[in-house]
Amino acid sequence: MNSDPIDPHSDIEGTTIFDGRMAMKGYALNKMCYSFNKAENRAAYLADPEAYMQEYGLNEAQKQACRDRDVLAMIAEGGNIYYLAKFAGIYKLNMQDIGAQQTGMSVEEFKEKLVRQGD
Amino acid sequence: MATIIGGLTTSHIPAVGNAIAQGLQNEPYWKPFFDGYKPVRAWLEKHKPDVAINIYNDHGLGFFLDKMPTFAIGAAHEYVNEDEGWGIPVLPPFPGDAPMSWHIIERMVEQEFDITSCQELAVDHGFTVPMQLFWPGLTEHPDFPRAIPISANTVQHPIPTLKRALDFGRALGRAIRSWPEDIKVVVLGTGGLSHQLDGERAGFINKEFDRMCMEKIVDDPEALTAISRMELVRQAGSQGTEFLMWMMMRGALGDKVNALHQNYVIPISNTGAGTMILECVD
Repeated sequence: MNSDPIDPHSDIEGTTIFDGRMAMKGYALNKMCYSFNKAENRAAYLADPEAYMQEYGLNEAQKQACRDRDVLAMIAEGGNIYYLAKFAGIYKLNMQDIGAQQTGMSVEEFKEKLVRQGD
Repeated sequence: MATIIGGLTTSHIPAVGNAIAQGLQNEPYWKPFFDGYKPVRAWLEKHKPDVAINIYNDHGLGFFLDKMPTFAIGAAHEYVNEDEGWGIPVLPPFPGDAPMSWHIIERMVEQEFDITSCQELAVDHGFTVPMQLFWPGLTEHPDFPRAIPISANTVQHPIPTLKRALDFGRALGRAIRSWPEDIKVVVLGTGGLSHQLDGERAGFINKEFDRMCMEKIVDDPEALTAISRMELVRQAGSQGTEFLMWMMMRGALGDKVNALHQNYVIPISNTGAGTMILECVD
């Protein structure tokens, strides 16, 4: 076998490897976000976020990250981007909005960064 | 016996489905991307495949982390699309080919690929966007093929290695060619190319790496198996691991293919988008 270490604290800058450890840590958060596939669940969350988060058993750090809509904090608490994208959808945030937030750029700056990589 | 006519690659970005829903194909941002599909549609018009094997990765519609198959094969008579949380219009069901699915499942397990069979599977943008790009109008399209979805896990590590993906494709090719009906089959490798949605490195795209992958996958896919999974994350971004679908597709095509067409656009949403026709050589 070749060595192919899986380490969530990988040396790839700005990257969290979502492996078993993160999957365990973020299970409740990801399960809640997965539920947002259904419109009635999105509506229930918006009607009472605290009750909804409690129902899914989020811990306090996960709840605070959701309250703050802080994607980096959600990832640190075990959130997986594919499920977090459904959370973002509740607030009509697209992948450029999310990218801008995580990189500390304006959305326009983030879009320019994307375009520049084609040069 | 079934014949594999070739493989098609495409990105499967949700924003593309949204652009189609809103009719933005000729907008300046979208035109270079959508124009890259005209030669693909002409090729499909010429060959009219009966079945499309659609290799994609589910993004949290058909599967959740409670049960996450590494390789799953659809075995349904039809596949429904559902709301993924963003309000994109839900598409009509996609006709399947359950008897052929079960043949493939039998032959894959016989070749020691222990897959998960799915008699119900909701298909997300990873599956639907390529179908929309290749056959506009979907079930209204006169040549719309039956589809068999194959999903590989790229949601959580451990994901398959590039070698395993290529080997899976080779076994899949044998499974398809041993189906007794005289039908034509096209294999879709969807997703990628480089992109990263999460973390401080969000927005990462690697044109040079994408170009190398598009070149090597034609004549030397074996060389790509030397790339470790962590190296793939580093070079292609966290979600660029979707390149595994391309490797699976390529394996099914046999040793020699002709690259009839390719298009590469940066950025589509956050992604380097690659489109190719790889025609099988008899």
